[in-house]
Amino acid sequence: MQNKPRDNIFMIKIEQLHKSYPIGKESLHVLKGINLEVKEGEFVSIMGSSGSGKSTMLNIIGLLDDHDKGKYTLDGELIQSMDEVKGAKLRNKFLGFVFQSFNLIAYKNAWENVALPLYYKGVGRKERKIKAMEYLDKVGLKPWANHLPNELSGGQKQRVAIARALVTEPKVILADEPTGALDSETSDSVMKLLRGINDEGMTIVVITHEHDIAELTDRIVLLKDGQILSDEHTSTYNNKIKK
Amino acid sequence: MFDIWREIFQNVTKNKLRSILTGVTVAFSILLFTLLFGVVNGFKNSFMKNFKDDASNAIFIHVGSTSKAYKGFQSGRRIRFENKDYNYIKKQFGDDIEFITGRVFRGEQISYKGNKDRYSIRAVHPDHKFLEVTVMQTGRYITNLDLKKRAKNIVIGRLVEKDLFEGRSALGKQLNLGGINFKVVGVFSDDGGEREERTVYMPITTAQGIYGNNQYIDQFVLSSRKSMSVDEAIAFGKKIENILKARFNIAPNDQSALRMQNMSETNKEVNSFFTILTVFVFVIAFGTLIAGIIGVSNIMVYIVKERTKELGIRKALGAPPSHIISMVLYESVFLTMISGYIGLLLGGLILDWSSELLEDYGILNPSVETSQVVGATLILVVSGAVAGFLPARRAARIKPVVALRAD
Repeated sequence: MQNKPRDNIFMIKIEQLHKSYPIGKESLHVLKGINLEVKEGEFVSIMGSSGSGKSTMLNIIGLLDDHDKGKYTLDGELIQSMDEVKGAKLRNKFLGFVFQSFNLIAYKNAWENVALPLYYKGVGRKERKIKAMEYLDKVGLKPWANHLPNELSGGQKQRVAIARALVTEPKVILADEPTGALDSETSDSVMKLLRGINDEGMTIVVITHEHDIAELTDRIVLLKDGQILSDEHTSTYNNKIKK
Repeated sequence: MFDIWREIFQNVTKNKLRSILTGVTVAFSILLFTLLFGVVNGFKNSFMKNFKDDASNAIFIHVGSTSKAYKGFQSGRRIRFENKDYNYIKKQFGDDIEFITGRVFRGEQISYKGNKDRYSIRAVHPDHKFLEVTVMQTGRYITNLDLKKRAKNIVIGRLVEKDLFEGRSALGKQLNLGGINFKVVGVFSDDGGEREERTVYMPITTAQGIYGNNQYIDQFVLSSRKSMSVDEAIAFGKKIENILKARFNIAPNDQSALRMQNMSETNKEVNSFFTILTVFVFVIAFGTLIAGIIGVSNIMVYIVKERTKELGIRKALGAPPSHIISMVLYESVFLTMISGYIGLLLGGLILDWSSELLEDYGILNPSVETSQVVGATLILVVSGAVAGFLPARRAARIKPVVALRAD
């Protein structure tokens, strides 16, 4: 097993990040100078109520959206306003996404969904299938490989999505409310799966509004009105709450 | 490359309704296009068949009786061509004439063993073969030597052989023509129909000797030099008419003594008629195709809209914009081509089935030319691409976040 947080290596480093959205003639200032550092192998949650700016932050970290001001470094690479081609390439190389609504492609079966990022990576079809099956096995869904998403339960769908996020062996897994559409029992098992993946050394950032979920990570970054309210280890955070 | 087609094939087969919608639109417009052009082509074919019998630059010269008094001659005078006129025309217009023949017409009872029937006989010069577009099946045609020797040789039509010889070869056999024996030296076929193939050719000199011991010729057929334009050929016909009318002292406006039938003139009229018809049909067919194209565009816009979320997912997973564009584009082209082909095939089959029925209405062998089909397919492919490109580019430009938010 790999050692947990390696010092001095920042997987994600954000300095004085600002983001505004135009709403009509007005401009909505969503992120107001965020500073965040995530080391390799960390299991972090970004928590906040709706409107706190957490989804915007995930989109920026996930290279799905660009920022207005500030500096964002991903695995040592400075991210500046980039073109779509480069963005797609970096997403494919560095990031694995897990979404609240799973976002599986409805007409592709489980293994085909898992194999899709490899297709964009330029991996041959045979190897894609082997890899996809390997990762489906990892999330315990090998027997379901040939099932379409609508033949799977919510928990199973999210496992397929996790396998898809892992298949390219990315640097960071970004999970946007990964348990938002699941019951509490299934949520726990999904979080356990993520924990297991983190134990193997993967950096994971979870976005959530639920305390219960955030508590299952190692570090909680609390976001409110576009600013970081607190950034502490889960145990410290819990102690504070109890006081 | 193969992978992207696999993706597209999956898109098409897993999303049946929208694929079928697109396909039917395209197939239907190509079907209409095929039928329209097929029927017009059939109409053209049956029209052209009537002219196919003879060379397209042929000029027929008939003689009759004068209808007007001229230069001291009474009206009602009978005009007759003779061998010397044949030589005169050849001498006067030699360079401008490709082929020339005289014709003497007869009808005779012909018998071979027990079989006999009446057939029309044409006594001709050797050039007649090219003017009438006679195709030799076996043996040879009338030659200059036959003319010189006034040989009792004949060339018979395919159907004459069939009637009299019951499937056996007539070549070299002696036939009885109204009491005189002739030797069959050739058998021919002719696109002009059954009447032409029930005809018998003999040397013109032989006929002149046997049937009246004279030098008369009933009719001239000649063709103008190939390099002449249609208008030149028409002018050439007029020139011959004027010179012959002067030679025989016929009033220039006398319509019955000397009649010219210039195929170039007829062809010109027919061609301009079909040009107009083709342009007209092309406009209609083009409209049909445009309707198909608009249909495809509509569906492609809908498809991209419907797939915005999926495209967003693909982008999040690392699909570059070029991939999104080509995926939508190829799908559009793929669907257009496949269904266009189905429409074409369907149209071809319908034309095939109905061709017998249509023949009764003067539409012969309806079909579309390859060039027209290729043209239509090209238009479809290009339009499929154009129809797909604009929505595809829009889809590729949407930010993944926006696309993912869509439902």
